[in-house]
Amino acid sequence: MSILVNRDTRVICQGITGKVGEFHTRGCLDYGTRMVGGVTPGKAGETVAGLPVFNTVAEARDATGANATMIFVPPAFAADAILEAVGAGIELVIAITEGIPVLDMARVMPVVRASRSRLIGPNCPGVITPGECKIGIMPGYIHTPGHVGVMSRSGTLTYEAVWQLTQLGHGQSTCVGLGGDPLVGSSFIDILELFQNDPDTHAILMMGEIGGSAEEEAAAYVKAHVTKPVAAFIAGQTAPPGKRMGHAGAIISGGKGTAEAKLAALRDAGIEIAESPADMGTAMARAISRRA
Amino acid sequence: MKIHEFQAKDLLRAAGVPVLAGKVARTPEEAAAAYTALGTPICAVKAQIHAGGRGKGTVKGSAQRGVELAKSADDAARIAKGLLGQTLVTIQTGPEGQVVRQVFVESGCGIDRELYCAVLVDRRVGSPVLIASTAGGVDIEEVAAKTPELILSEPFDPDRGLAAYQARLLAAKLGLPTASWRHAEAFFRKLCAAFVSLDASLLEVNPLVLTKDGTLVALDAKMTFDDNALFRHKDVAGLRDEAEEEPAETRAAAAGLSYVKLNGTIGCLVNGAGLAMSTMDLVKYHGGEPANFLDVGGGADVNQVTEAFRIILSDKNVKAILVNIFGGIMRCTTIATALVEASKTVGFSVPLVVRLEGTEVEEGKKILANSGTKIITADGLTDAAKKVVAAANAV
Repeated sequence: MSILVNRDTRVICQGITGKVGEFHTRGCLDYGTRMVGGVTPGKAGETVAGLPVFNTVAEARDATGANATMIFVPPAFAADAILEAVGAGIELVIAITEGIPVLDMARVMPVVRASRSRLIGPNCPGVITPGECKIGIMPGYIHTPGHVGVMSRSGTLTYEAVWQLTQLGHGQSTCVGLGGDPLVGSSFIDILELFQNDPDTHAILMMGEIGGSAEEEAAAYVKAHVTKPVAAFIAGQTAPPGKRMGHAGAIISGGKGTAEAKLAALRDAGIEIAESPADMGTAMARAISRRA
Repeated sequence: MKIHEFQAKDLLRAAGVPVLAGKVARTPEEAAAAYTALGTPICAVKAQIHAGGRGKGTVKGSAQRGVELAKSADDAARIAKGLLGQTLVTIQTGPEGQVVRQVFVESGCGIDRELYCAVLVDRRVGSPVLIASTAGGVDIEEVAAKTPELILSEPFDPDRGLAAYQARLLAAKLGLPTASWRHAEAFFRKLCAAFVSLDASLLEVNPLVLTKDGTLVALDAKMTFDDNALFRHKDVAGLRDEAEEEPAETRAAAAGLSYVKLNGTIGCLVNGAGLAMSTMDLVKYHGGEPANFLDVGGGADVNQVTEAFRIILSDKNVKAILVNIFGGIMRCTTIATALVEASKTVGFSVPLVVRLEGTEVEEGKKILANSGTKIITADGLTDAAKKVVAAANAV
C-alpha cells in the first residue's frame, strides 16, 4: 500500500518530445514506472523512448488506459495542459513545470476542484512510491521502500530528508512534492489525510518553508485528525522579511508567514521539530520512538 | 518586478482608474515647472523609489521627508532639491536607504477621508481578492495584526472580474455615502480588471481617497508584477528600473540564477530554493552569517555555475564559500567541472567548502580530487556548516 501511485499506475508524459520531458520519461522507465505513452500536439505517430506519442490526452488515455500524467509542457502552455488532462478525466495530474503565471493557476484551480482529478504541483519534483512507481524528477536511488510518508514544498530539500531517512534505515511509503508556487493543486492537508488513511504509512515527515499559512493549517489538521507520529522542518528560519527566496511563495510579508509562527503552531500540535536541516531524519526517528 | 508610483499611475490611468494629474521631475527646475503646469494651489512632491513608507521616511543627514506638500513653484523646487540625489531611509528600505533619482509632482485634491485597498492573490482562496479597509494612509500590516476585523476581503474570478454587487458591498461596509457608490463600483471593478489584465502580483492603493466631491481617487499606487507572466507584457517589462535593483541580483537574474544579497560573510551556492534556505539556516545555526541566498536551479550548466561563483565573489564581505549540492537533475559532475573551471578563470580568494551528494556524486568527487583545486570537502550538512564557519572566522 501507498498513496497516489503504485506499481499499477499507468503514466503518460505531456511534453514528451521536449528534451526535458524525454529525459525524465527515460528516468521513470528505468526506475520501473509503467510509462505507457506521451502527448505532444501535432506529433502523433512518433515514438519517444519506445513509447507512442499522441496528439491529445484523450486519445492517449483511450489507447493506453493511462490514469496519471506527468507534465513538462513549457510555462506559457502548462495551464492549458493541466486543463486538458483534467478534461480527459486523468485521475492524477502531476505538473512539474516551473514558472507558470499565478493567474493562469487561479483560472485552473476552480476547474480542478470541480473535477475528480487530483493535481500535484506545479513547480514540484513529483511523486514516488519507492520500489514501485516514480513520476517526476527526483533521483530514484536515494529512496527505500518503507513506512514514512514524506511531503514537502521544496524539491532538493525533500531529497535531503529522504536521504537522511534512508541512511537511518527508515524507508518511505510515498514521497510527495507539493510545489513551491503560491497556488498549487494539493496542500499539506490533502496529503496528510491520505497518509493518515493509508495503513502502510506509519509516520509522516513534512518540510515547509516561510511564507503563506499552509504549515499553520497543516498543524491544526494534525492536531485534530492525525494519530500517527509527525515530524517537521521549516526552511527559511533565518531569511529576512521582504526578500523573496527563490520560490514565489517563500516571502515573509506583513508579519505573516514567519518561521516562528509556523514552528509554534507545529509544536502546539505535538509535532516533533527538526531544529536544523541536518536533523530531519533524526527528528522523524525521535517522533517514531516516542510513540513506540 | 517592482515599478515606480508614477509608472503605476500611468498604467492605472490607462485602465480608467481615477488618479490625479502629475509629472515626473529629475531636477529642481523641472519640479518647479511641473508645479506651474499642474496649476493647483497645493501639490505633493514625492520621492520615487522602489520602497514604501516614503511619507514617514527621511533623507539621511537632514529632516527632509520623502513626501511633502508644495504651495509654490519655489517650494516644489526646494523640496525636490532636498530629495534628488539624496538617500531616503524608510521602514522598508532598511538603514542603508535608497537613492532618490526622480520625484513625482502631483496635484492636490480635497480629501474627505483616507481608506485602503489592494488586489492580490490569496493562496488560501486560490483566487485574486480585493481587500479594503477604513484604516487608510497608515501601516496596513499593523492594522491586519491588531484589528483584522477592519480588513474586508472579496475574492473574484480573474475572467469574470469583481461583480458590481461585491463593489457595492465594500462601499457600504467602508461607510461611503450612497451618492459615492457608483464611483466606488467603477473604481473597484476597474482596479481589479487592471490587476488581471497586467498580471500584477500586488496592486496596493494606500491611501485610497474619498474626495470632498464624493469621488474615489488613488492617491498612492504600488504595483508589483508576476515575473513568470512578464513574457506576455513586453510594455510592462520595459518599465524595469535597474538603477533601483541590487546590481548582483540583476546580473544573477540575467544568468537564470536566483540570488538575494544579504549582509553576512559566508557565500552560499546551492541547488533548489528550499535547500538553499535551509543551508542559510544551517550556517546561522552553527554561528555564521550567510552573505547571500543563491539557487542555481535544477538544470544549470557549467557557464551558469561559473557566473554564480563570480557573483558570490563580487561581494567583498564574503570570507568563505559553502557549496551544497544535492544532485537530482543537477549532476554532481556538472558542479565539480564548473568549480574547477571557476577556480581557473575566476580564482578563489577565499576558502571553499564543498558538500556533494546525489546523482554522480563519486564521479564529481573524483573530478575535484584530480583537479588540484584547493577545496575543503565535507561529508554531510553539519560537517559542511561547521567547516565553513570555522574557515570564515579564521580569516
